[in-house]
Amino acid sequence: MTASTTLERKPVRHDLEELDSVTIRFAGDSGDGMQLAGTQFTNASAILGNDISTLPDFPAEIRAPAGTLAGVSGFQVHFSKYDIHTPGDNLNSLVAMNPAALKTNLKDLESGGILIVNSDAFTTADLHKAGYKSNPLEDGTLKGYRIFRVPINKLNREAVAEVKLSPREADRCKNFFALGLVYWMYERPMEPTLRWIREKFAKNPAVLEANTRTLKAGYNYGETTETMPVHYKVAKAQIKPGRYRKITGNEALAMALVAATEVANIPLVYASYPITPASDVLHHLSDLKRFGVRTMQAEDEIAASGMAIGAAFGGAMGVTATSGPGICLKSEAIGLAVMTELPCLIINVQRGGPSTGLPTKTEQADLLQAMYGRNGECPLAIVAPCSPSDCFTMTFEAIRLAIAYMTPVILLSDGYLANGAEPWLIPNPAGLPKISVRHPISLTGNGTADSNGEDSKAENGKGENGTGENGKIATGFYPYKRDERLVREWAIPGTPGLEHRIGGLEKEDVTGNVSYDPANHEHMIHTRAQKIANIAKDIPPLEIKGAADAELLVVGWGGTYGAITTAVDRAQRKGFKVASAHLRYLNPMPQNTGEVLKRFKKILVPELNAGQLRLLLRGMFLVDAVGLNKVQGRPFLVSEIETKIAEMLG
Amino acid sequence: MSAATATATTTPLPTLTPKDLASDQEVRWCPGCGDYSILAQMKKALATLGIAREKMVFISGIGCSSRFPYYMNTYGFHTIHGRAPTLATGLKVANPELSIWVITGDGDGLSIGGNHLIHAIRRNVDLKILLFNNEIYGLTKGQYSPTSRVGTRTKSSPQGSIDNPLRPLSLAIGAEATFVARTIDVDINHLTETLRRASAHKGTAFIEVYQNCKIFNDGVFEYATDKGVKADNLLFLEHGKPLIFGKDRNKGVRLHGLDPEVVSLGSGITVDDLLIHDEKAEEPSLAYLLSRMVHPRFPECVGVFRAVQRPTYEDLLNKQIEDIRRNRGAGKLEDLFASDDVWVVE
Ligand code: SF4
Repeated sequence: MTASTTLERKPVRHDLEELDSVTIRFAGDSGDGMQLAGTQFTNASAILGNDISTLPDFPAEIRAPAGTLAGVSGFQVHFSKYDIHTPGDNLNSLVAMNPAALKTNLKDLESGGILIVNSDAFTTADLHKAGYKSNPLEDGTLKGYRIFRVPINKLNREAVAEVKLSPREADRCKNFFALGLVYWMYERPMEPTLRWIREKFAKNPAVLEANTRTLKAGYNYGETTETMPVHYKVAKAQIKPGRYRKITGNEALAMALVAATEVANIPLVYASYPITPASDVLHHLSDLKRFGVRTMQAEDEIAASGMAIGAAFGGAMGVTATSGPGICLKSEAIGLAVMTELPCLIINVQRGGPSTGLPTKTEQADLLQAMYGRNGECPLAIVAPCSPSDCFTMTFEAIRLAIAYMTPVILLSDGYLANGAEPWLIPNPAGLPKISVRHPISLTGNGTADSNGEDSKAENGKGENGTGENGKIATGFYPYKRDERLVREWAIPGTPGLEHRIGGLEKEDVTGNVSYDPANHEHMIHTRAQKIANIAKDIPPLEIKGAADAELLVVGWGGTYGAITTAVDRAQRKGFKVASAHLRYLNPMPQNTGEVLKRFKKILVPELNAGQLRLLLRGMFLVDAVGLNKVQGRPFLVSEIETKIAEMLG
Repeated sequence: MSAATATATTTPLPTLTPKDLASDQEVRWCPGCGDYSILAQMKKALATLGIAREKMVFISGIGCSSRFPYYMNTYGFHTIHGRAPTLATGLKVANPELSIWVITGDGDGLSIGGNHLIHAIRRNVDLKILLFNNEIYGLTKGQYSPTSRVGTRTKSSPQGSIDNPLRPLSLAIGAEATFVARTIDVDINHLTETLRRASAHKGTAFIEVYQNCKIFNDGVFEYATDKGVKADNLLFLEHGKPLIFGKDRNKGVRLHGLDPEVVSLGSGITVDDLLIHDEKAEEPSLAYLLSRMVHPRFPECVGVFRAVQRPTYEDLLNKQIEDIRRNRGAGKLEDLFASDDVWVVE
């Protein structure tokens, strides 16, 4: 059978079933293009109007030996006619392109689930590489699943036979055959992917043609053969009207950095060192030079932070991002940014640790490091987005706070948010929050520094004299003179009359002269801490989702939001007296945090670490918080949290 | 850029005196420290350059020399150990109009900060990097440093140091430096002139200053500063001139195979046999060879070893931004947000 004969055959009658939600995973060798197939499927589903949530899962090795368990790459998509928050616990469908993919993913497939296997890949050699002693397609391993054996290699080769390609190039198209088949199975439109193929391979007509043919051949195979008796439909979700696109956490970060600095009208200087999974932010921004973004690939993590701080001294928004051990290398420089009170942003896309840990897997185990992981008393602001699209909102917030409070801000994302995707309601640029920047421009006669901002509250200059360590009266600009929120001014080099020196040595209050005075040191420690604490007045209160008189409050932070929200929703529907609250501001926490916690008899803190937020909450608010902790490099399943809720209320 | 900088560019240049560049802070180096002279000559040199004071920024790391910014009435940033070149790079990229001096030492720049130093140099960021080489850790009270000669006895090397020293200029040249010079703390005219030359260079200028640490390594450069012997131990480089030195200007350096050789002029050897200094040579071979000449086998060279032109990092970065804006237009947020498949929910 060739592709063209496939096209001519009359469609077979298939039953069409309606489903509310489906979770499907594409799994194959890392060279099989599963990430691409998953991404395309996500786009098609989003455009169709489903709500979506995705979970890519790839090995740390770029190309582990083909066919081995270590080389398996997966992409999970949850699509629904309802509002969803997670990529789904169990799979309804699994596409396994080889035995290794079957072996590593089968455990996640629900019993009775749909299993599409590339039967051509179940050769003795590949079975052996995956560690199968006998062929699972024949030995009964797959009993209890609805299994579809599709000779994908062969069908793909037939589909592209008339296109001039090397056998290797031809085989590389097979992910699109599988994708086409799944498109038919779930009634997805092919057009977005066909358009993508046309754009992507515009310069390579043969590959363009081959991918187009095999995608259609896969679709037609479903439609014209009797292999699959049923196909499915998932209706549009009820989503807030507007223009949408799909967004990953890392894309959202990059876009927010550009948008916030444009709104603030200051240059964006982004310096970072390549590290998984933060590198994509550097990739995105490096491609946005037409927005004036200045990106630098630094020689190491330390340099990247230094560059960001240097840029901040010069009046730009200095930003750096990292993951895993990279954040350790940045600690020293972050301390300097705290001491010199310069606005900059440090993004930590958390991954499995300690040390090199699990580079491509997710974890939330850097919270305490963000809070305390520097020498000395060294407080700064910490925010944590709760979903891929929230990465946009919270990055914007981080920049607003950094500038408004002259402080470094740490944003804690994670691998799950960074690579996961969901629909994003595209904001109107004109409606973005305002961020105002004030650089004083001169000392005036009465000793107040003039500012170029409209609403400068800052006072500076010769009005009050401070005495330095040397007993001399300092004149000129006072770098550590503060406004009523304890925020100092952002005077930048190039401004006549405001020449001043800052640095890592303890400074005298107001004048900024080097000071070893014990009382001054303690005063400055408290002042820096109070300044950060003052941010609490400038952030939204902690919201309770659910009844305020519930017995149990589930408190989370960061990327666990989706799983917690879904679990609490389900438990509430089952009649459990449970509510949830999610912290997106970790330092300072919202002003009402303690009051909220104390309203509930029981508190559960699910975290992808060994109990870091729980330790903070217990320490700060003296509440008897209980932990649900998972440290497997994988996000929570909804069921894991649901079970714990039931156990605590049972 | 912000309004503040825009205002600054239109301010008429003030005529400065060295006093205008002195901050109100009491200088706290040990009496007799070579740093005093470097500070004085810096103020002298900068006052004559026609650069507005607010455009000058001093960025340092950690160590005795790194206190320098506190003593200059310019913008200044006393950063963290070894990292000054990274902050300076970020600052230069944020505002290329600034005249930025990095103040570092042999420990700060070559030990803990070695990585940043070589990368700043290879990028050719327009920074003036002044490395105070006193061959010792002063601030931490006298341990041997990456430039200490083998056998240097200190608290951390009671039997003499065994680490082979780095030669700062060889390292800078190896890192593709476009401007490399050496001068001496007490030679005030040469020091001032070298600072002026460095300031005029567009790109990274790397200057090693022999600096006496009165307390922990006194006299380590005596051969280069003692009036009685220095003429025989130093060779002042001048572009296009033969390599001649000595009290009586009767000694020179010629090439023997690929190695330098000290010769006496006369008895058949003439000036024509000597190496001619060429600071503009495309290939850094000569500069490197000169940087390897070490007392007592050779006279040590002072002056400008290398001064070539290459585009600066910040200019290249800005050019990429300008080019893409010219070709594709400045970015608009609407387009950025819609840079993927967009669908409308009614
Ligand atoms: S210890 Fe040495 S280098 Fe440091 S200030 Fe004293 S004399 Fe100068």
